[in-house]
Amino acid sequence: MISKEEVKKIANLARIEISDSQIEKYQAELSAILDFVGQLSKANTKGIEPIRQITGLESIFKKDEDRGLLDQENGNSLVNQAPEHKDGFVVVPEVLKGK
Amino acid sequence: MDLKNLTIEKAHELLSNGKISAVELTSHYLGQIDSKNKELNAFLSVHAEKALSCAKEADVKIKNDQASYLTGIPLAIKDNILVKNEVCTAGSKILENYKASYNATVIERLNRENAVILGKTNLDEFAIGSSTENSAFGVTKNPHDTERVAGGTSGGSAAAVAADMCLGALGTDTGGSIRQPASFCGVVGLKPTYGAVSRFGAIASGSSLDQIGPMAKTVKDVALIYETISGHDPLDSTTVPNNSKLLDRVEEINIADLRIGIPKEYFEAKGLNAEVKEIVMKAVKWFESQGATIKEISLPNTEYSLPAYYIIQPAECSANLARYDGIRYGQRSKDAKDLLETYLKTKGEFLGAETQRRIMIGTYALSSGYYDAYYSQAQKVRTLIKKDFMEAFEDVDVIFTPTSPSTAFKIGEKTADPLEMYAADIFTVTANLAGVCGLSLNCGKINNLPVGLQILGPWFAESLLFKVGEFYEQLR
Repeated sequence: MISKEEVKKIANLARIEISDSQIEKYQAELSAILDFVGQLSKANTKGIEPIRQITGLESIFKKDEDRGLLDQENGNSLVNQAPEHKDGFVVVPEVLKGK
Repeated sequence: MDLKNLTIEKAHELLSNGKISAVELTSHYLGQIDSKNKELNAFLSVHAEKALSCAKEADVKIKNDQASYLTGIPLAIKDNILVKNEVCTAGSKILENYKASYNATVIERLNRENAVILGKTNLDEFAIGSSTENSAFGVTKNPHDTERVAGGTSGGSAAAVAADMCLGALGTDTGGSIRQPASFCGVVGLKPTYGAVSRFGAIASGSSLDQIGPMAKTVKDVALIYETISGHDPLDSTTVPNNSKLLDRVEEINIADLRIGIPKEYFEAKGLNAEVKEIVMKAVKWFESQGATIKEISLPNTEYSLPAYYIIQPAECSANLARYDGIRYGQRSKDAKDLLETYLKTKGEFLGAETQRRIMIGTYALSSGYYDAYYSQAQKVRTLIKKDFMEAFEDVDVIFTPTSPSTAFKIGEKTADPLEMYAADIFTVTANLAGVCGLSLNCGKINNLPVGLQILGPWFAESLLFKVGEFYEQLR
């Protein structure tokens, strides 16, 4: 069983705010799920390489050129998706506190 | 004209012979959606005006003899695939008002043929779930019994096809999300080989597992959609060029040449409903009676597939969903006072419970000190599962299993216990972990509820799956 503190820590790492009653609920549920997936420790994987890419492709490169995907209009419509934007820029909450 | 149970193949014939126009066909399905969607909740949005204008263009193409199979064919698109200038919610509150700025590659390819897009279908939030009950916009009901789920996560697409609200649909499959709803709704669904279909413009769930695939009423229809959407795309570097190497050989295959593997780990699984097993075995027996060779095989690492999946998918989705932070897309919490609160409150407020659970499990599994025990171990187990399939496909051409351990369950039946819901994916996650292709088609009913037969094939052997599926569909 993972502790309430661990649930709080995970939620904070994941940047999800949860209430006290949710902490309790998630504590039970996450513990059960972690117990279930914990069965994997029984699998003998000595000397086995982990999968990196399932069809075995490696290092796919593309030319560094304009592929004509976004014109001005589409570019603007991407920026306009932001909850707050101004003059073609995304507006974000203050990151570094000013003087 | 009676358009009930029309297929893409048949509709194409009617369109080519001038028996019906694309505009008439589109109007018919828009009418179907109008009368049925209130009850079933298969569509989240309907693009009637655009669909009709696209149908008009299709009619011109047909008149000028420039039509291909999908020209003028009305289709539905799962709402995690971008259609330019249309809202794409991914089933989440956080993207409720998100409007796509570009088309997914699969949509570009459908547009090239002048296929008609009717609208966007319901799904579990960010394609996370097994029943479409995790949608922020209400559950999709099963057309065979509206007290039951349509399956998930492509439940809207499956129900739309089954209730005759479209001729075909696109879904996405991360752990069974095309095949299981296809099974529950009695339609055909394909999870293509990883790398067969471009995911550019599909909202990512578990990136090493996700594939877009077709759903329709017949195997032939599924194949027609697949041929249009598949193939290399420079915009998705996981797509594999020139992959359909099996095509020539498949043409010559007879049913009596087939070697079919029956994995004992699936048919002896604890949760498998006895009647489902019996009906699937009946399909196996039919192939045997036609001269196919049936072989019992073993996929020894099957028991680890569900735990491995429920580490890899959450880990990847926790990374993929980090972008919904209230800055770049969709909603931002109104109560946040600073940057950190913007993240915390936005994700706390707008993400559903199962999505939050998966993100937290993924975050835990990837966090310092746990990575080796969880994610790395799961990816090693994945190597073992892939090896199981490679060895099996040396002895057999295809593998038959039930698609799901049960028929469609009641709405609310499994929502209280996440693990019980996860168990619904037991027979489908292996194909995603190994990257192989899988087809689900109907093989019978229990109390009016459809049962799905899953046919798994080697990497890029989609044409073989179609051939085997068509044998069954046409000759049985």
